[in-house]
Amino acid sequence: MKTIKELNDISTQIRRDLLRMINAVKSGHPGGSLGCADLFTALYFNILNHDPANFSIDGKEQDLFFLSNGHLSAVWYCALARSGYFPINELGTFRKLGTRLQGHPTPADEIEGVRIASGSLGQGLSVAIGAALTKKLNKENNIVYCLMGDGELQEGQVWEAAMFAAAKKIDNIIAIVDYNKKQIDGPVKDVLDLGNLNKKWDAFGWDVLEMDGNNIEEVINIINEAKHLINKSKPIVIIMKTIMGKGVDFMEDNHNWHGVAPNDEQLNKALSQLKETIGDY
Amino acid sequence: MKTYQILSNKDTRSGFGDALAELGRNNKNVVALCADLTGSLKMDAFAKEFSERFFQIGIAEANMISIAAGLTIGGKIPFTGTFANFSTSRVYDQIRQCVAYSNKNVKICASHAGLTLGEDGATHQVLEDIGMMKMLPNMVVINTCDYNQTKAATLAIADYLGPVYLRFGRPVVPNFTPENQKFEIGKALLLNEGTDVTIFATGHLVWKAIEAGHMLAEKGINAEIINIHSIKPLDKDAVINSVKKTRCVVTAEEHQMNGGLGDSIAQLLSQTIPTPIRMLAVNDVFGESGKPEELMTKYKLDSIDIVNKVNEVIEMKQ
Repeated sequence: MKTIKELNDISTQIRRDLLRMINAVKSGHPGGSLGCADLFTALYFNILNHDPANFSIDGKEQDLFFLSNGHLSAVWYCALARSGYFPINELGTFRKLGTRLQGHPTPADEIEGVRIASGSLGQGLSVAIGAALTKKLNKENNIVYCLMGDGELQEGQVWEAAMFAAAKKIDNIIAIVDYNKKQIDGPVKDVLDLGNLNKKWDAFGWDVLEMDGNNIEEVINIINEAKHLINKSKPIVIIMKTIMGKGVDFMEDNHNWHGVAPNDEQLNKALSQLKETIGDY
Repeated sequence: MKTYQILSNKDTRSGFGDALAELGRNNKNVVALCADLTGSLKMDAFAKEFSERFFQIGIAEANMISIAAGLTIGGKIPFTGTFANFSTSRVYDQIRQCVAYSNKNVKICASHAGLTLGEDGATHQVLEDIGMMKMLPNMVVINTCDYNQTKAATLAIADYLGPVYLRFGRPVVPNFTPENQKFEIGKALLLNEGTDVTIFATGHLVWKAIEAGHMLAEKGINAEIINIHSIKPLDKDAVINSVKKTRCVVTAEEHQMNGGLGDSIAQLLSQTIPTPIRMLAVNDVFGESGKPEELMTKYKLDSIDIVNKVNEVIEMKQ
């Protein structure tokens, strides 16, 4: 089991990795990826019951993770590579012609760790529910995780899925909302206010938890708390507060870094704030 | 002209429902999902007998398609059921991303396709579904002609690994293909050998093509009639070999001309052996309320319309 310090080191390395990847192709989405680096580190190095060296689409007897907001592909690929799903050198192919690391994730090129395509928003929770139903039919006691963006909750399908999961007692699923309060066009409250998120999920019949997504220790503790609510007839959602662009001072809490690549100068400035810990790819 | 006996009059959707129940008994990985149209889709038997493998989604088709994609992860074979319009145009992006691009083993089963849905009118009469589905890479597109063939197709697609769109309909129509037939995806079926023209028909238009064949025979025209149940993959060899002999083509379908079977045949022939062709299809208009037969007459999708198109195309050939 890795210590919190070791996990923080991995998270810092992942932040370096994803910024270098995005800079190299001058395209990608650094803001949300930086904000969620701590969550991905906690999931892939502590929380998930998984087998990175023997990936299969079916993932039997393993926990499953689905990324609904597929534009966070960069941080996901980093977590997958760093935890052993595929060689870290492949990170350098991100978004380049012929890569398995497509701009948005897809199983089409058989990249280990990815089980469904995402990018067009609002669909991942439904997919996770389907996979959770199969776990139940197969009598597997594993958990299905799904990460969504907060802006993504503006998609109606999310609420179809939310209604279904509660009504049908899909209680082997933990959904996580990346609540950084930013989307492409600006603050979520200005684009289309989500209102009281906790009350909304509660009214839809979910158990609602909250956590600071940029504190690895808290992430682990709260998800472990959520695990205790598994198999108790209700789906679980964690409203995870994060800071978009976390770790790079000039990117933090600024929606303009949703989908813009840092140039070379900006990259160097960013990397100076993120110490190389376990070695660059 | 070969004579086909009407074994019974049945709706194609019942072929789907009966096969689904049979699949439930024989394949424990088959699961079914429905969006509040269980009775219309004839899924009641499966739902009753295999309640733990049947998922009532409610009126949320987008959720249904994405859940179905998720169910494949771990080895289930999901069959989704709703009207053809809600199976395709309503959920195109979910199908594109979660099913086709992700190449998931989902069977999208769609009833009440086309004008023969009848009185509910154009909101429900999808005439664009074949086009939408065939444009998607990885997607197989099947449109069956009667009860027996729909039943056989439903059984067959469970054994095929990959996304399938299976289209059938609402009305009671002649059931004339063999009971317990073997169904091969991508295989055209020769119904009548002929030399003067090839009629390629799909779905409810197959029986109309047989009726037209008899009318043409009375006038001394010997029509080759081919049932195309698999629009994608298309049986290219069967199409080309027939056309090499007859040198002119009529296509017939309950669908828009844009994107339909005729469009696929024309695309193939124009790049292999350019051939005079006439297409029976709805031509860039929406349908309307009416009795199925009235609509087929008004939109010129009846056997007499096939005869008229045959006469036109034979004249073109000469």
